[in-house]
Amino acid sequence: MTREEAYSKLNEVFRDVFDDESIEVNDATTANDIEGWDSLEHINLVVAVEKCFGIKFNMGEVAKLKNVGEMMDLILSKIG
Amino acid sequence: MKELEYPFDGDRLLSKKKSIRRELLSQDTKFIEKKIAILGGSTTNDIKALLDLFLLNNGIKAEFYESEYNKYYEDAMFDAPKLVEFKPDIIFIHTTSVNIRNYPEIRDSAEEVEGKLASVYGEFEGMWEHLREKYGCPIIQNNMEYPNVRLLGNSDCVNTHGHVNFVNRLNAKFSEYAASHENFFIHDINYLAARIGLDTFFDPFYWYMYKYAVAVPAIPEFSYSLSHIIKAIYGKNKKAFVLDLDNTLWGGVVGDDGPENLEIGKETAEGEAFLAFQEYLKAHKDIGVLLNVSSKNEEENALAGLNHEEGALKPDDFTVIKANWEPKSINVETIAGELSLGADSFVFVDDNPAEREIVEANIKGIAVPAVTTPDKYMREIDRHGYFEVLKLSKDDLSRNEMYKANIRRAETLKTFTNYGDYLKSLEMKAVIRPFEPVYMARIAQLTNKSNQFNLTTRRYTQGEIEEAAKERLTFYGKLADKFGDNGVVTVAIGRVEDAVCHMELWLMSCRVLKRDMELALLDKIVHTCLEHGVREIRGYYYPTAKNAMVKEFYKELGFEKISEDAEGNTQWKLDISEGYTDKNKYIDVE
Repeated sequence: MTREEAYSKLNEVFRDVFDDESIEVNDATTANDIEGWDSLEHINLVVAVEKCFGIKFNMGEVAKLKNVGEMMDLILSKIG
Repeated sequence: MKELEYPFDGDRLLSKKKSIRRELLSQDTKFIEKKIAILGGSTTNDIKALLDLFLLNNGIKAEFYESEYNKYYEDAMFDAPKLVEFKPDIIFIHTTSVNIRNYPEIRDSAEEVEGKLASVYGEFEGMWEHLREKYGCPIIQNNMEYPNVRLLGNSDCVNTHGHVNFVNRLNAKFSEYAASHENFFIHDINYLAARIGLDTFFDPFYWYMYKYAVAVPAIPEFSYSLSHIIKAIYGKNKKAFVLDLDNTLWGGVVGDDGPENLEIGKETAEGEAFLAFQEYLKAHKDIGVLLNVSSKNEEENALAGLNHEEGALKPDDFTVIKANWEPKSINVETIAGELSLGADSFVFVDDNPAEREIVEANIKGIAVPAVTTPDKYMREIDRHGYFEVLKLSKDDLSRNEMYKANIRRAETLKTFTNYGDYLKSLEMKAVIRPFEPVYMARIAQLTNKSNQFNLTTRRYTQGEIEEAAKERLTFYGKLADKFGDNGVVTVAIGRVEDAVCHMELWLMSCRVLKRDMELALLDKIVHTCLEHGVREIRGYYYPTAKNAMVKEFYKELGFEKISEDAEGNTQWKLDISEGYTDKNKYIDVE
């Protein structure tokens, strides 16, 4: 899967979780850019991303993520 | 909404919960509104969000209060002002085994272990007692799931120092309290965790990262299970089955194969599965669920199948059997009519997806589980929680008989040309009295279950019923006749103010329609009012989707309409004096 393809899937996940069809995420997107992305919604995002890509994050990984770009790197490294 | 019925896709519900909620709210549903306080011992955010969806799907629109993280005890015991102000209709205490702070240690003496059990339990009991006293509303309490690890391995369940042993004993004490206290319900997460798998239920990742004691992927199952108790409290349980026969209650087609060749009984694997299913259905009779048949068969063949000597269900176990070639949706409507039940209170079970689709498309609100193969029928029905039992009453045990007696009454009626003669022939006897302690549970149940013959559709908890008994003029009525005893069938509550009695509640079970019980009750209300110096009775009718049958009820009783608003809410009055003539002629009232 290319980074672009993965982004189009990831974008869908964001739109579902935050219930906003206008969301477009990129490497630089952070929680501050998206309405409703607080620590409680973050867990839903993580669960939805795991489900969508068929992967599992571990504790340390999730805690370290700073922006969507890092999340994407992690996703791509897991799906190989 | 099908998406919210078992077997649902929990991950999808979690990620799409916002848009699903919007869709539920946009449907043409008349919601009842309730306030639910969640007092949590761990994070409750998604538990609330998913519970909200399942309740909306049951016609309940909830407003929520959530305690601060792990502040359940403080909120409960120290009367958190926001909680007091919230005035909950239901309090749900979300604790799990992570909240047990005082587990036994191996070095503890036997007395110390007992002391710890008493102290952990005591904290809970103290909290429940305080909440009952303070709020008087139903309380739902999780029991405990098993701990995530076992220091003693398999001995953890044997040795009193073992945490598994401790949880088992604590759960037994929770159950004991629930069994001996009204309006207190256990949410059995111990069973739920076992069913979905303890490792799925509790996942250290979600616990350490987000303090979710129920792993997020397990939350849909959790909230679904919790929603069953709440919908049952508000009278949203189903009441009856309509069952297909061929390949649903037995293997094979009785009309083609002959009764002797059906798969039923201990001889074959399939036969055993069908037999177990029949036994499971039969057991429902004892919790007050009515069994009915709709089968495309000649009646003679249907009965031959049901009389199979290996079968558990016999023709006599059913209230209505429709074996004919009519569309099943029509049969279901007919059965509903004969039993005076709403068609939406039925569960339709048929192995044929085409039949299921017709019934589902034509009858709004009916439950149609997607059953697959006979070995799974039971599970596929059970998981829906259609008949979630809160408390068993004696009425439940005899409900099938009561309905059958009603059908015999209908047959008797056909032999009379004069309706009054028919009523006279029933030899009816009634008891009408103020609320009494033994009937409080049944009275509360009726206020939550009755939809059609219900003038104001006010729902009461048992606590509120007990309150009303002290402050209002209250009436319950029981009706018996030569065919059987119907138990408590009618309830009314009046508030007296300045010599006027305002009828806040007047309802009657539809199984005693057209028996003049409402006249007997009116007579009683009038006499009681006169004794209290009341000169006028004021009646209220508030229309709902289901109570059109009593729109003109007060008019029929001789009340005069005094107002009507745009929504169709009406007010009626009746002046009363000592010269009142009783209207009831056929019921002997004690």
